Amino acid sequence: MSEFTFLFRGGRPAGAPPEQWQQQMQKWVLWIKQLGENGYIKDQGRPLERNGKVVSGKQKTIVDGPYAEAKDVVGGYMLIEAKDLEHALEISKGCPIFDVGGSVEVRPVMKVDM
Amino acid sequence: MENTDHLFRREAGRMVATLTRIFGVHNLALAEDVVQDAFCRALELWKYRGVPQNPSAWLMATAKNRALDILRHDRTARTAAPQLARLLENESRPATVFDELFSAQSIKDDQLRMMFSCCHPKLSEEAQVALVLHILCGFGVSEIASAFLSGQAAIQKRLSRGKKVLARSKRLFDISGIEDFSVRLPAVQRALYLLFNEGYHGASPEFVVRAELCREAMRLTALLLAHPLGAAPATYALAALMCLDAARLPARLDAMGNLSSLFDQDRSKWDAELVSEGQKFLDLSATGQELTAYHLEAAIASVHARALRTEDTDWRTIVSLYNTLMTINPSAVVALNRAIAVAQCDGPERGLAEIHAIAGSDRLASYPFYSAALGELELRSGRWQIAQDHFRKAVALARNPIERRFLEQRVDACEKNRFLPSRAS
Repeated sequence: MSEFTFLFRGGRPAGAPPEQWQQQMQKWVLWIKQLGENGYIKDQGRPLERNGKVVSGKQKTIVDGPYAEAKDVVGGYMLIEAKDLEHALEISKGCPIFDVGGSVEVRPVMKVDM
Repeated sequence: MENTDHLFRREAGRMVATLTRIFGVHNLALAEDVVQDAFCRALELWKYRGVPQNPSAWLMATAKNRALDILRHDRTARTAAPQLARLLENESRPATVFDELFSAQSIKDDQLRMMFSCCHPKLSEEAQVALVLHILCGFGVSEIASAFLSGQAAIQKRLSRGKKVLARSKRLFDISGIEDFSVRLPAVQRALYLLFNEGYHGASPEFVVRAELCREAMRLTALLLAHPLGAAPATYALAALMCLDAARLPARLDAMGNLSSLFDQDRSKWDAELVSEGQKFLDLSATGQELTAYHLEAAIASVHARALRTEDTDWRTIVSLYNTLMTINPSAVVALNRAIAVAQCDGPERGLAEIHAIAGSDRLASYPFYSAALGELELRSGRWQIAQDHFRKAVALARNPIERRFLEQRVDACEKNRFLPSRAS
């Protein structure tokens, strides 16, 4: 088994009617429950606030974020256990974030012997 | 744990109403933003931890904290609610001031205020109903459009115009002013009546949506009844007619999902609890001088509810109630229903004569159940071919698949009656 990070981008249905928010929430609850039951979750991660800043360059310039669009902001992460990248991608496909225009970035966590 | 069906929708209305009271009616958009923010937090947290024990309270508390935050830090919001901002500044424990605004009673009053504000005389009845559905019931544009069989663009336009009128009115309706309250009350009752009717008789094919409209209308009517000035005889009559009609909802579709007419319904499926609640409200409505259309419609529904079998229905009383209804609220649809009741008392030929005598029946031309009523009575008079033509016309006018299936079955029934001798029923 290998570890993968799921980075969730966007997927906040801003301005959507309440019913859509609720459906999105219920789908997430179900999806995460299934992942857990299948033993895929290594670490559930935590949601990220949206009001962070980005510090960059020698001048250490501070800006509101690297992305102009809310859909590109990382809203949360999760550590997943899967056989290989193929498997991890397959698992990610069940994520409800795709219903509302979000995306999942799947990244293998480097194996390091310490 | 509380029932979480449509939780967000239900809570959206409560939160927007209360937040609008805090930020001012011209800041409706800000209130809506705070609600969106609360939903966003709920989505982020609940998906990991599951829905909390008391999700309504969680959402409201989250909205409250966000509102407090905005009032402390946002200049525009401070000017929006100057008195509140000052209070928060001077008070050593501002949270307690704020708690008052979020007490159960306050939240109820806020919804009532919003209800009255939405029924602004500058807005058409359609716009008032759409606004109530949107702001107080948390329905989205597409949901309202599908409920009213209307285009999304049209609904969007209706809503934004409505919100502009609201914003220009500068403040929410003052529900403590006895005189203003009574002046606006009939408009509010009317909007709730239309909301209920849209659910009950409307053309939207989706039965679930329609039942929800009825439920929302009943919820808001209960709020109105809980206010001493709102608990007028006409409001009780309105509540009575909603309960008595809604009691029949479980029987309107049969086991096959087909529409079942009042005559054929399995009456054991009627909701006995709603019937008795409706009767109770009807009793409470019988005070004062005014006899409203709600009283009469509720009384008619009550006669139906009392008949355990279709043939036990007291049609004479129903005809006389329709006669009175025609004097205070004449309309082609009322006249059509009256004619059907007359046919039950005096036979199909009398009923047909009544239908043909309806003034302004051209306004019923596109109403499928006008042709269907003609077909039904022609069929009972033994003229199956004429009946079939009427039913075919009705099929062409059907507004959804369920209506169409029902009417097509009537077309077929004419064929089966072909060889039967004419009967009067």
